[in-house]
Amino acid sequence: MTVTESVRSALEVDKVDSHLHPQGSFDVADHIVPTGREEIWRFTPLKRLRDLHGNASLTARSCTATWTEHEGVDIRVVTGDEAASVRGVSKWAPNARFAARVPAEVPASILIDVPADHEMAEPVFPEIEGNDLEATMGAHMTLRFGAHSRAVVVLNHTGSAAVAAVVEVVVGDGADVTVVSLQDWAGDAVHLAHHRALVGRDAAYKHVAVTFGGDVVRMDCNVTYDGPGGSAELLGLYFADEGQHIEHRLFADHTAPRTKSNVLYKGALQGRGAHTVWVGNVLIRKVAEGIETYEENRNLVLSDGCHADSVPNLEIETGEIAGAGHASATARFDDEQLFYLRSRGIDDKEARRLVVHGFFNDLIRKIGVPSIEDKLMKTVEAELAKNVLREDAEAIA
Amino acid sequence: MQYPVEVPGVSVSNFLRTAKTAIDGEAPKLRTWIKDVNTSLQALDLDPTFATRNVNEGFSGGEKKRHEIAQLELLNPKVAVLDETDSGLDIDALRVVSDGVNRFKADGDKGVLLITHYTRILRYIKPDFVHVFVDGRVAEEGGPELADQLEAEGYDKYTKAATAAG
Repeated sequence: MTVTESVRSALEVDKVDSHLHPQGSFDVADHIVPTGREEIWRFTPLKRLRDLHGNASLTARSCTATWTEHEGVDIRVVTGDEAASVRGVSKWAPNARFAARVPAEVPASILIDVPADHEMAEPVFPEIEGNDLEATMGAHMTLRFGAHSRAVVVLNHTGSAAVAAVVEVVVGDGADVTVVSLQDWAGDAVHLAHHRALVGRDAAYKHVAVTFGGDVVRMDCNVTYDGPGGSAELLGLYFADEGQHIEHRLFADHTAPRTKSNVLYKGALQGRGAHTVWVGNVLIRKVAEGIETYEENRNLVLSDGCHADSVPNLEIETGEIAGAGHASATARFDDEQLFYLRSRGIDDKEARRLVVHGFFNDLIRKIGVPSIEDKLMKTVEAELAKNVLREDAEAIA
Repeated sequence: MQYPVEVPGVSVSNFLRTAKTAIDGEAPKLRTWIKDVNTSLQALDLDPTFATRNVNEGFSGGEKKRHEIAQLELLNPKVAVLDETDSGLDIDALRVVSDGVNRFKADGDKGVLLITHYTRILRYIKPDFVHVFVDGRVAEEGGPELADQLEAEGYDKYTKAATAAG
């Protein structure tokens, strides 16, 4: 693709040796096919990715996307020069082969363009439905929110597909934006996703990743700042069942002073071979004085045979900051909590249900989109019914 | 429990309703239940918004104990074990908690097993039986007069006897 003005300026940001994030490039040739030994790929089961990380074809159309019209908001498929003009707008040079291939090779992009000062009354709910697991595909989407706009976009992924996706988000100055991505795929789907956001001056960006379905889902969620005062709240909820691999990687790149990032991901695992990965990283560049950041990951292991990796990182180039911290905890049910509830007459299963409900409830209440919150609480209950609360649950508890 | 446990994300009202449902075998009627909860919290000098807070999360020592007593009234068990419910309470909270225990006990045929290291709560709660428990054994048993005796003489003679025997 052509290097636009915005891309050129992105490449001029001072180079920093981030051990977790190799130097990005829009040129596919700069990205070798990962072998699995690279830091950013070492947890991912490459064999199950259908070569999406390497050279799989990205041209199939094995997903359909549908949405409803919203007054004042431009939602459409763009191609050709217009597609090229909405790629790279998040000023983030891809640091993975698939993330470079998608903008270079996929013919069309979905564009959601919210004009400046526009306040959307209702969320946009693009439905992405996979209908063919065999044909690998690439997908590109740009969500552009004008200055001082307010909007909520909820991407819902269902069905079966093998997709490499790049979602670029540009949050204008002073805008207040929430992007939710629900991975409610069928059990065999493969989803490799790269979400990247550029947060404008004094803007508030909330990104929520919710992953229940799929065989392998890996989502990299990156945030960088286009001016001082921007804030990013990155929330995530995942529930891995038997044999599932769910990986979330977060990167808040503090490129401007007085910016904020707050990461909270909570996950539960149940069943043999359930594997979750959470890798959080925050880079505080020299210029990013007075910033505030906190990242936290909590995992609840509900049965034997699960594997949770949780790796928080912090790379600090300046000490002139307001605050920086991280926390990670992976544990089974707390016996004391269960005992307390049982001593009040609540039976063991109900006590477990209540504890998991509470574990996720705290996070779900932060999403701020009521229809999603109700739906998620029900999905959590349904997941629990599969394992922890099923009739012979004592055997695995 | 001596130290009521935090249950993150579970509100007091959800917890109480779940426990009540488990004990009665059916969910309490919503209208009367909310009223009962509010009355009970009020009697313990707890704000109605208390029901929206997560169980024991960020509760002060006094709030934890009052919350325990609210459960006593609402869940209405046949027998209640109160393990050091009086520890860490200031004098006002001690009175509020004791009143709650007395109300519970006066309301029908109930059992209360009160475990304490001190005698001050016995100024507010009149026990039917007193057992002195030393080093894993019951060292003495008696009626309420034993509480008065403990108030006057302390536990010294029991602990000395236990040390001598040991």
